[in-house]
Amino acid sequence: MNMTDITTTDMTRTQLNAKIPAGPIAEKWDTYKSDMKLVNPNNKRKFKVIVVGSGLAGASAAASLAELGYQVDVFTFHDSPRRAHSIAAQGGINAAKNYHGDGDSIHRLFYDTIKGGDFRAREGNVYRLAQVSVDIIDQMVAQGVPFAREYGGLLDNRSFGGAQVSRTFYARGQTGQQLLLGAYQQLARQIGLGNVRLFNRSELVDTVVIDGRCAGIVTRDLQTGAVESHAAHATVLCTGGYGNVFFLSTNAMQCNVTAAWRAHRRGAYFANPCYTQIHPTCIPQADDTQSKLTLMSESLRNDGRVWVPKNVGETRPADQIPEDDRDYYLERLYPSFGNLAPRDISSRAAKRAVDSGRGVGPLKNGVYLDFSAAIKRLGKDVVQERYGNLFEMYERIAGENPYDVPMRIYPASHYTMGGLWVDYELMTTVPGLYAAGEANFSDHGANRLGASALMQGLADGYFVLPYTIGNYLAPMLNKPIPGTDHPEFVAAETEARGRYQQYLNIKGTRSPDWFHRELGKIIWDYCGMERTEEGLQKALSELPPLYEEFQKDLRVTGDGESLNQTLEKAGRVDDFFQLGMLMCRDALERKESCGGHFRAEYQDDEGEAQRDDEHFAHVAAWEWTGDPMRATRNVEELDFETIHLAKRSYK
Amino acid sequence: MSNHLTNLTLKIWRQSGPNDKGAFESYPIASISDEASFLEMLDVLNEQLIDQGREAIVFDHDCREGICGTCSLMIDGQAHGPQRGTATCQLHMRKFQSGQEIVIEPWRATAFPIIKDLMVDRAAFDRIVEAGGFITAPTGGAPDANLIPIAKPVADASMDAAECIGCGACVAACPNGAANLFTSAKVSHLNLLPQGQAERWSRVEAMVETMDEHFGSCTNHGECEAACPKNISLDFIAMMNKDYRKAKFKNRKLIAQI
Ligand SMILES: Cc1cc2nc3c(=O)[nH]c(=O)nc-3n(C[C@H](O)[C@H](O)[C@H](O)COP(=O)(O)OP(=O)(O)OC[C@H]3O[C@@H](n4cnc5c(N)ncnc54)[C@H](O)[C@@H]3O)c2cc1C
Ligand code: SF4
Ligand code: FES
Repeated sequence: MNMTDITTTDMTRTQLNAKIPAGPIAEKWDTYKSDMKLVNPNNKRKFKVIVVGSGLAGASAAASLAELGYQVDVFTFHDSPRRAHSIAAQGGINAAKNYHGDGDSIHRLFYDTIKGGDFRAREGNVYRLAQVSVDIIDQMVAQGVPFAREYGGLLDNRSFGGAQVSRTFYARGQTGQQLLLGAYQQLARQIGLGNVRLFNRSELVDTVVIDGRCAGIVTRDLQTGAVESHAAHATVLCTGGYGNVFFLSTNAMQCNVTAAWRAHRRGAYFANPCYTQIHPTCIPQADDTQSKLTLMSESLRNDGRVWVPKNVGETRPADQIPEDDRDYYLERLYPSFGNLAPRDISSRAAKRAVDSGRGVGPLKNGVYLDFSAAIKRLGKDVVQERYGNLFEMYERIAGENPYDVPMRIYPASHYTMGGLWVDYELMTTVPGLYAAGEANFSDHGANRLGASALMQGLADGYFVLPYTIGNYLAPMLNKPIPGTDHPEFVAAETEARGRYQQYLNIKGTRSPDWFHRELGKIIWDYCGMERTEEGLQKALSELPPLYEEFQKDLRVTGDGESLNQTLEKAGRVDDFFQLGMLMCRDALERKESCGGHFRAEYQDDEGEAQRDDEHFAHVAAWEWTGDPMRATRNVEELDFETIHLAKRSYK
Repeated sequence: MSNHLTNLTLKIWRQSGPNDKGAFESYPIASISDEASFLEMLDVLNEQLIDQGREAIVFDHDCREGICGTCSLMIDGQAHGPQRGTATCQLHMRKFQSGQEIVIEPWRATAFPIIKDLMVDRAAFDRIVEAGGFITAPTGGAPDANLIPIAKPVADASMDAAECIGCGACVAACPNGAANLFTSAKVSHLNLLPQGQAERWSRVEAMVETMDEHFGSCTNHGECEAACPKNISLDFIAMMNKDYRKAKFKNRKLIAQI
């Protein structure tokens, strides 16, 4: 690959239209709903909708669409819909209920989300998200989600980073689990009633576009290796994020980009791939067998204090370091938000502390999160009540008791704000193909606030898609759609079969995991918490040869006709490679710092991110051209009608 | 600082597919860090097998945080291994010793057929939930979430049941292959809540009867509770049985007429 190709890429300014309804921000969604086309209840069963993914976004979308009367097919590579990665979310879900009268409102949640995203999200979508947030809590309580309660029986709240109000609802440290079980139960009900067909252990390996519309998908049955086509009027991808491109991340082991990437290759634009979130509170890597990193919920920062020793080379154990020799750097640098500074800011501060030689722990690769003051102030019982299960989890993994010694934490890849570009209706650039939940790019700009992903997944699935899909389907009533015997389906199947056969045929020397680890190292070093032009150029020169090696030297043992996890992994790593190149290109082209995208060249005197609103107040939406190194960069300008662009300060 | 365990022998169940007979195979592990998790040890072994051109051992796993319920190993005859209240994926090698032989098998239960090696099919759990493990609350139109206060102890008890991760260790540990602990956790989660009352009796009836179609019967061994990574209490089985009996004896038609 020729380096000059990369730097001289022409910024093609194809303007994308997000189809945001006109009018005042607070009325846009109502305007949309009163203008949209409807499908008569008796006609809904004439439409087939495919939902890929059964996390919060997929399960809620599939259940709601089936309740409305559509025929729904759900696909997941998991054995049960309940295992989707949403299950692992710990901390909570935001909603502008203002149950505590502390000044919350839809507008404030909207504002906090736009500001938290460093003014790189679309106002119309975010306002709608804040509006429907209140319905989500009502819906989930009605379904039996046992949220935490106060003694009077009313719902309890906690605070999360980037907000000065308490608006986070939670169920112990297992909020994602409880919300997913709620949505899964609604889905299970529809499966039991025969309104939804479930295809488990079934992986999307391609999407099919015929005459400019998404006509369905191609899947691989993980138990038998059989490749099959499925046709539908509309297809929704709720396939989660791509944080595992880093190899080590807090994502579940199987999270991958394949569904989104295969859709991208068929014409769906991929937006802002470089916007990835590095979460500040994860357990540091312990050794080189490490397969994933574990998140310690951000809610811990409500009561834990983050610090490192003031002195480089400090050797005393934490409890013997006097107050004067400790640097509570978040409280020092960001007095008004303190330990609750947003994720990107806290992560970079931790990296700087460790890079300055003041890291703690055996490998000096962490910072302390200390509960001793909270235990003194509140008593051990209260701390246990709030965080008991998180403390236990920490002890199981790190082998240390956080009631006695401070936790050690360090940032890790956690969430991806980038994803498939979607318009106001959550439709990608391929008509009839939608993306929801973490798989799309829509609401979090360059940085996501804590407890907002669960909110977005459920908002998309319960309260947005069931409306917007009808608007697309209505005009298709009684018009035939291409069947799975259409040559495009047959060609896509043949291609997919060939791809998996090829992984088996290479018979090289390195496993898919080996390549994944090498890829992850490059992305983490050059496209992680801090990026530079030089580093990104280096990554872009190292990735293509490594990918070539993958194509020549991969070794997949076993066969393609029975369950083969090595083969599954090979397909996923292949797509991560291609995505990795696009991420680096996106990061290189975005010559500013914003949110999770921190370019060292663009910072102010105090080391804070420096945006360039004049040139970069836009979404970068990449178009596939046959090679990720040559993808075309299209833009959607972001109009800020309601909120004034301001420097994002948490001081 | 991490120490290393040396000279482990793993005896692992290999079975090429649902119809294969299957057998144990032995694999030596020369050295592994005590900071490694049990599954990371299997990762290391699989990398070695691939290096040798052999097929990797199939095992189910995903979150590796003890929450998704995917991991499912019988370790030395104990579901999820020796550490109480801990799923396989959260087990670390510091709980083992150098020189040890460790026997690794899949869940053994008629209702959980083996797919390959250590991976089983737990779809029967989903059938139980589909039969009634939900509250009928279609999207939209839910009343305000704070309209019905729920006493904290009630919400807490419901949450205790709702913590079940659906792993199936309870079934694997049960000499009868019964699923009463799982089913009772699902029933109790919803039957305890005010929102779950409308369908309380039909729910327990449908779920228990679907459970009986797939799984063995409970004879109060209590092995399930000991194996459960979430410490789900046997009390929920008592609660489910009580509700089931009541549901059976209640003439619900009569009640509806009152
Ligand atoms: C450890 C952790 C803690 C978190 N805590 C919080 C929190 O406290 N609050 C918060 O708001 N957010 C939190 N998040 C983020 C949040 O959990 C996720 O962003 C969100 O749950 C994603 O939901 P989803 O429905 O989009 O996707 P997922 O839940 O990831 O579901 C993806 C689904 O797609 C399926 N799938 C994917 N690819 C394919 C394919 N090719 N073929 C077939 N099926 C496919 C999978 O089987 C799965 O069913 C946390 C994330 C992590 C990692
Ligand atoms: S009751 Fe316990 S052992 Fe049984 S499925 Fe639930 S979590 Fe697993
Ligand atoms: S892998 Fe998720 S519970 Fe063990």
